Amino acid sequence: MATTGQESKPGLMGWINKRLPVDQFVRSQLLDYYAPKNFNIWYFFGALSLLVLVIQLLSGIFLTMFYKVGEATAFDSVEYIMREVDYGWLVRYIHSTGASAFFVVVYLHMYRGLMYGSYKAPRELLWLFGMLVYLALMAEAFMGYVLPWGNMSYWGAQVIINLFSTIPVVGGGLVEWIRGDYAIADSTLNRFFALHVAAVPLAIILLVALHLVALRQVGSNNPDGIEIKANKGPDGKPIDGIPFHPYYTVKDLVGVGTFLLAFCTVVFFVPTFNGLFLEAANFEPANPVSTPEDITPSWYFTPYYAILRSIPNQRLGALAMLLAILAFFFLPWLDRSPVKSIRYRSGLYKFFFSIFTVSFCGLMYLGLQKAEEPYVTLARICMAGYFLFFVTLPFYSGKEKTTRVPQRVTFHE
Amino acid sequence: MTNAGATTEDADNDLSRRKFLTVALGAVAGTGAAFTAVPFLSTWAPSERVRAAGAPAKFDLSKLQPGQMATIVWRKQPVYIVNRPKDVTAKLAEHDSRLKDPQSAESQQPDYAKNGSRSVRDDLLVLIGTCTHLGCLPKQRFEPGDATLGADWPGGFYCPCHGSRFDLAGRVFNGSPASLNLRIPPYHVDGNLLTVGEDGAATTGAA
Repeated sequence: MATTGQESKPGLMGWINKRLPVDQFVRSQLLDYYAPKNFNIWYFFGALSLLVLVIQLLSGIFLTMFYKVGEATAFDSVEYIMREVDYGWLVRYIHSTGASAFFVVVYLHMYRGLMYGSYKAPRELLWLFGMLVYLALMAEAFMGYVLPWGNMSYWGAQVIINLFSTIPVVGGGLVEWIRGDYAIADSTLNRFFALHVAAVPLAIILLVALHLVALRQVGSNNPDGIEIKANKGPDGKPIDGIPFHPYYTVKDLVGVGTFLLAFCTVVFFVPTFNGLFLEAANFEPANPVSTPEDITPSWYFTPYYAILRSIPNQRLGALAMLLAILAFFFLPWLDRSPVKSIRYRSGLYKFFFSIFTVSFCGLMYLGLQKAEEPYVTLARICMAGYFLFFVTLPFYSGKEKTTRVPQRVTFHE
Repeated sequence: MTNAGATTEDADNDLSRRKFLTVALGAVAGTGAAFTAVPFLSTWAPSERVRAAGAPAKFDLSKLQPGQMATIVWRKQPVYIVNRPKDVTAKLAEHDSRLKDPQSAESQQPDYAKNGSRSVRDDLLVLIGTCTHLGCLPKQRFEPGDATLGADWPGGFYCPCHGSRFDLAGRVFNGSPASLNLRIPPYHVDGNLLTVGEDGAATTGAA
């Protein structure tokens, strides 16, 4: 609405609104922002990602008050937080569980985007900003994992940083530059701390802001993948839209409640999640001359890790891993189908998409297993299924046999 | 130039001049920013203290029996020192066909260790114990024939992280994720004293 009544508002809010457009902001972003009315359960995960970001920022700030960076002090200070700081264990478990929760909700959020074609025009930039958030999140999680300076921190960092050594010519020097030493050492830990608590979180906040601005510009997609803006009523509002507030803010509260219930259950009852969220080897201080028996990265990296090690060539392995991540960036242009939602797409697409889904989950599982048979062969098969989806897409999606997309959003209840 | 009587030509000149100035200013500012970035990026290089701590490391070989291995640390990297039995060295060439780079053409080693046994002395293997794949520490699996590595396993090193396999000269087997043989550091032996981290004057002659 183009009403500018805030000047006439009396009292404190009137005074503030003259100087800061609070009411105008709330109106444009929440009350006048119309979202499709057919959102399903998959649409909780965007809001939940924001919630986890806030949880991580708050718990992280409190952890920095007690954590002491440095190869001699880091491990001990984490143990100090766990044993001697009142409720320190809670703050740390919230932060470590939050890291995994972040990836749970972000992966589901991304999968939603894949299913309903939310990456397609006009939402390409929205998708790209989201992917950048995902990349920054991976960097943030990786560096955060190094900070406790346990043995898995150390060797995880060793493996990941050595990935850069596969870059031709400059690789060796680059690795030394990243570490600031001939091996992972104090200097590496110190700079990772700086990046983890300042640089990367700032980048994430900025990228999330851009993600949201782009979302407000193009509007939310929906499970039917149709543009609600194309069908407006006499009042100029989309017929299939409802104001974000109060409808979706209240609905999201249900999601928040359910999420927090699950989150707290993990924090209080299974904070290590049987070694998936916090690995046993990381309860030992970093030891540069002893590799843990099994090096497995955190579960959220294992799909790419499985791809990395299934190729018996270092450089090609690293390249395949990089491609597996970058493929998502190209998706808006690889997919030429005029139809967005999987509900109305061809059987062929559903077939390849199912293979992709199974492969991704398979790789996630296989990356946690030892580098032995039959896991290696299985990982190679899953890798083929993963890339098959992206490689075949541009060839058939343009002339796909889609079903009729409805004019109005549908409900499947 | 911008007064009322200005012609279109003047206006065009004005615009192109302004464009030139914009680009020039951008280029100058960009160059300045690039130079300013240099000191900041340089802070990430190994510091003077780190470089000073990278001095050569020494080891007394008399402590090591045949078939035994010791690990010392040089530049914060583990260096494996193996007293390699004569019969093992003699059999090294037998599995050349199963290796990615049996002649060590691609791998990193000093010239005096670029030979069949990848060592200065046949009975002494010195190598940097970080996997050339992604830097884990390969474990010693010196016994030939192994339950998981196969009956034809000649003895060597096995990396637990990603399953790379190396023989007792640090050469990588086919089918490993690692592509290069294990690295050999510069070293020299004077009697029973091994020095890792520098080439000795007498090293080349000691073979």
